[in-house]
Amino acid sequence: MTEVYVVGTDMIRFGRFPDRTVPQIGAEAALMALDDAGLTIKDMQALYCGNLGEAGAMVGQRLLREIGQTGIPVVNCANACATGATAFREGYAAIRAGMYDVVLCVGVEQMGKGLLGGAGGGSGIPTEGLLGSGTMPSVFAHVGMEHTRNYGTTFEQFAKVSVKNHHHSTLNPKAMYQIETPLQEVMGAEMISYPNTKLMCSVNVDGSAAAVLASEAAAKRLGLMARAVRVRASAMTSDPYTARNMVMPDFNAVTRLAAKAAYEQAGLGPEDVDLVELHDCFATAEIVHYENLGLCADGEGGRLIDDGETALGGRIPVNVSGGLLSKGHPLGATGIANIYEVTTHLRGEAGKRQVEGARIGLTHVVGMGSACAIHVLEKP
Amino acid sequence: MSEIATEAKKPLPVAPFLKIPDEGHPYLEGQKCGACGEVFLGQRLVCAACGARGQMGAVTLSSDGKLYNFTIVHRNFPGVPVPFVSAIVDLDGGGTLKGNLVDIVPSAEAIKFDMPVKVVFRDAGRKDKDGNSYLAYFFTPA
Repeated sequence: MTEVYVVGTDMIRFGRFPDRTVPQIGAEAALMALDDAGLTIKDMQALYCGNLGEAGAMVGQRLLREIGQTGIPVVNCANACATGATAFREGYAAIRAGMYDVVLCVGVEQMGKGLLGGAGGGSGIPTEGLLGSGTMPSVFAHVGMEHTRNYGTTFEQFAKVSVKNHHHSTLNPKAMYQIETPLQEVMGAEMISYPNTKLMCSVNVDGSAAAVLASEAAAKRLGLMARAVRVRASAMTSDPYTARNMVMPDFNAVTRLAAKAAYEQAGLGPEDVDLVELHDCFATAEIVHYENLGLCADGEGGRLIDDGETALGGRIPVNVSGGLLSKGHPLGATGIANIYEVTTHLRGEAGKRQVEGARIGLTHVVGMGSACAIHVLEKP
Repeated sequence: MSEIATEAKKPLPVAPFLKIPDEGHPYLEGQKCGACGEVFLGQRLVCAACGARGQMGAVTLSSDGKLYNFTIVHRNFPGVPVPFVSAIVDLDGGGTLKGNLVDIVPSAEAIKFDMPVKVVFRDAGRKDKDGNSYLAYFFTPA
């Protein structure tokens, strides 16, 4: 099977664009990624489009009307917060299988403000706040409180994740926010679901990101190897059975299963990874994923954030883009935006937030329901 | 008042696994896999844990359990009273359930992991558009 390379990638600056359509927002990143590769839509043999909010509305085909209707096959993907990564992985798989040489993958989302989720009203009355809470901040508060239960992780340690990621985003011109949030400000912000305060919740934003993938032969033929980043692993899992999963989504087991597969495929381990973009939809999530991805031993997640090991300049920088917490989390775009971030570091083009000497990077997303996708990328 | 208006309508269950028998007390019903022993809330045909078919049998779930996990919800959708405690409870003998922990101060200091709790059944305090009342389950400190 051929190797697969990212030969072009970009994202728009995340923000709020209520006056634009989803295809228009996606088209912008698609054109930017094509420009980054020096290719045109006429070079693309297929489009893989990730979007959640208009999943039934042919977003990929509508996107092509904005950038060129060449008649290529379009696959529209929806997989909760793993939507963008799923689109990327479908493109990867098609090239790896020898079906196409060069494909375009786009993730795009237009979000409203406010709370997501909530327990459904299965029997005629809404059950949110009656049978516990199913809002996203609550679901991920439960994730953090399980870590507290097991290891004594504190509110302050969770809050430090937000301090770090907001700091990182001050170095990223494409992040929604570029503001420092000191610890007392994070901890003193409005409590949403303990221990997640408002500043420990990801930002609902509009955004898009795109990547052009090519086979090794095509990347060479097109003269694109110099900046090409190799996809060393692409792993995806659904949630394996665990006892409490149906009432308390288990994002740990699904991530651990994907991490094991990804490291095996890549033929390396967490100690070989130079930077990670992981799914910090809430501050509580980041700490559990340190352990799920093997960045530290079980129970050491709190110490990792205390010691600054995951900050830019630390042993294993995590979410130097600002993460979902501060860069923003346009659901369908997130999985490709983190491919863009890692690729940019591996190319040595990340400017003030560059992780020096980065050779191997890992991206991770997890969508509730559940889907986990992990990609391992390698420097050209 | 007419006879019809004074005759209280039987409340509906808030979830399909909450059973309200004509005689006796409400209870929670689960299913147990005869092959692997895993216990689930509600109906299912195939065991999600081991994949066995035709092995599911109804079991009455315990109304005693231990608090596995909680969060205190301070912000919610308009109309939902806050704060409240969203709790995950492991029932004795199997089955895990999410619900509100009530009759306790909603603070991280007052609530302890593994504290024993009881499942109690009370009016949901909400009606559907047809005016039906619902019976809900809650957790209280044991």
